[in-house]
Amino acid sequence: MRQLVTPRLIALFVGLFFVLAVLWAFVTGAGTVIGQGYLKEANAEQEFHKHPNKYEFGFNGPLGKWDQRQLQRGLKVYDEVCAACHSLKYVAFRDLAALGLTEGQIKAYAAKKVVPGIDPVTGETTTRPGLPTDYFPSPYPNEIAARAANNNAVPPDLSLITKARHDGTNYVASLLTGFQEQPPELLKKFPEAKTPAGLHYNPYFANLNLAMAPPLTTSGQVTFDDGSPSDVQSMAKDVAAFLTWTAEPNLVKRRQTGWAVMVFLLFATVLAYMSKQQIWSAVKPKTKD
Amino acid sequence: MSFPWAKEYQPTNGLTKFLDEKLPLPRLVYNAVGAGYPVPRNLSYFWNFGVLAGFFLVLQIVTGVILAMHYAANAQIAFASTEHIMRDVNWGWMLRYAHANGASFFFIVVYIHIFRGLFYSSYKAPREMIWLLGVVIFLLMMATAFMGYVLPWGQMSFWGAKVITGLFGAIPLVGEPIQIWLLGGFAPDNAALNRFFSLHFLLPFVIAGVVILHIWALHIPGSSNPTGIEVKSESDTVPFHPYYTAKDGFGLGVALIAYCLLVFFLPNYLGHPDNYIEANPLSTPAHIVPEWYFWPFYAILRAFTADFLIVPAKLMGVLAMFSAILMWFFLPWLDRNPVRSGHYRPLFRKFFWFGLIPAMAVLFYCGGAPAEEPYVMLSQIATAYYFLHFLVILPIVSSIEKTEPLPTSITAAVLGSDKEVVKGEAAEPVAV
Repeated sequence: MRQLVTPRLIALFVGLFFVLAVLWAFVTGAGTVIGQGYLKEANAEQEFHKHPNKYEFGFNGPLGKWDQRQLQRGLKVYDEVCAACHSLKYVAFRDLAALGLTEGQIKAYAAKKVVPGIDPVTGETTTRPGLPTDYFPSPYPNEIAARAANNNAVPPDLSLITKARHDGTNYVASLLTGFQEQPPELLKKFPEAKTPAGLHYNPYFANLNLAMAPPLTTSGQVTFDDGSPSDVQSMAKDVAAFLTWTAEPNLVKRRQTGWAVMVFLLFATVLAYMSKQQIWSAVKPKTKD
Repeated sequence: MSFPWAKEYQPTNGLTKFLDEKLPLPRLVYNAVGAGYPVPRNLSYFWNFGVLAGFFLVLQIVTGVILAMHYAANAQIAFASTEHIMRDVNWGWMLRYAHANGASFFFIVVYIHIFRGLFYSSYKAPREMIWLLGVVIFLLMMATAFMGYVLPWGQMSFWGAKVITGLFGAIPLVGEPIQIWLLGGFAPDNAALNRFFSLHFLLPFVIAGVVILHIWALHIPGSSNPTGIEVKSESDTVPFHPYYTAKDGFGLGVALIAYCLLVFFLPNYLGHPDNYIEANPLSTPAHIVPEWYFWPFYAILRAFTADFLIVPAKLMGVLAMFSAILMWFFLPWLDRNPVRSGHYRPLFRKFFWFGLIPAMAVLFYCGGAPAEEPYVMLSQIATAYYFLHFLVILPIVSSIEKTEPLPTSITAAVLGSDKEVVKGEAAEPVAV
């Protein structure tokens, strides 16, 4: 029996080594916690940060669809407000066909934009009107310029923003409408958490103080061609919808494909179950009922 | 191997006769997953997960090879090339979501496969080699998945790579040179991305090779079963085809429904939003978390927060994390109780359901949570139990346990009696 006992004895010692080490860490940590008298130090971010509000969108839910007119309105908000500071570098003008723009409209839209180019005669860097194959141009020539123009905070590219944040669509809409005065309770409880000069209080932002100034401030800031209301709430929702499309242009197609796949798989699985039952009926004991 | 009653392959036409003589590939398949492989007749649905794991390995290789045709492993453009796949490649979004969620499903399926093996002690003689090869596959999967997650070059890709390669820095004396050598630099950059891509392409084929060995080793003693008793006669078995091909077909259908729900309706549910932000070495994410399938082991790594004797806390964590998996290699020699199935081991069963499974659940939860209290203390308790379970409790339980009586045969377990054999199948006792 000796060779049976030995590996188990070694295991026992190795096991006890790890258990003692982790319990030692536990005791040390518990000492610190007791010493502090509290598990977690409270801070303003934990108490005053808010999760995004839930908004109704046509593309919500497994059967949701884009509202092309809303996406076009969102494009206009991006164009007239956000584009001053934020790039949209993964979206090409040709992609706007998905918003219902015709080829002519896309050409005209692109031509209004100025994109970097090369002079065909001299080879010097220059600018030229955009083509449908071009991507949305960046408002700044490079990151240093973006940093310099924005008090050292680079405005993020917006192409993927709704996928790069938890609950991104609602987050964008909530953030754009969430600028407010710092609540007096916050200042009373955490006087050191006063919003520094140059930043703006917004409870939907992770650390509550955002470098971006409120971009949507007045009703009618953007005039919609379809006569839709252009209060701050509507503009925020429309641009959030547009940025959902830029982040996941295949969203609706993906779900439609998914439904077809599901119908096929359910059918195939039922067939597979029936053939399995039939094959096994020969050897399955009869149940006594 | 085979039982004496295994059906023999009979080539029926000119082509199969020709092949059988020159290269008996059809015979190999027939004996591996065809009518030539007798399998215990009482396998539960938990025995579907080996075939499912094989399916997801193939799915990962197929989607991965196509993705590699469009992806660019260069730190300057890797993130943009991923977006190119998502936006401009025909059905590229589907391929990428299928691949990313395919990795998750591969792990779900393999975790169930492993825990089935643990509950039914499938690692015991004569199946030790199958288990050892399985642990090798799991380790290779972890390496492959880790390197795959780096490729999109998002924030979590970069910082995950930094944290995990940083583990090698905990090795005394040579840690830092090893870390720099592995990364090809002081931090993850183009050199690291390139080698990770190369290895991420290579390792799945290594996995496929070990899977072949795993299945080969399985065919020597034959499949285990929920009673844990060995096959005694022909009436204990049914041929793999059509019985288990049909059952696996149904199992695959169910698995694919769950998988496609994720791919088509919630493709980013298991991912992290930060990975849609391009890698930025100058901006550390608030919480660096690996992919969900690493959470239990990440929790073990972070549970060791204090230096122990002469071992620094970080090294202790790294040792524990690797040991947590490596000790699985020794299970066949730690659990010596001849009874395999947990159904007949009352004490073992209690520790499994009320000890190991809750400990794993706590570790899983804490691994995804931020490294603050109470998660650290919870994961410390769970880590202590995890090591205690495999290295202390299991060896002791296996020596002292009074097991419950086993059925006389698989047939008896299914039909309630040995006598009542299936029509047309003789229950001849076989000399083993």
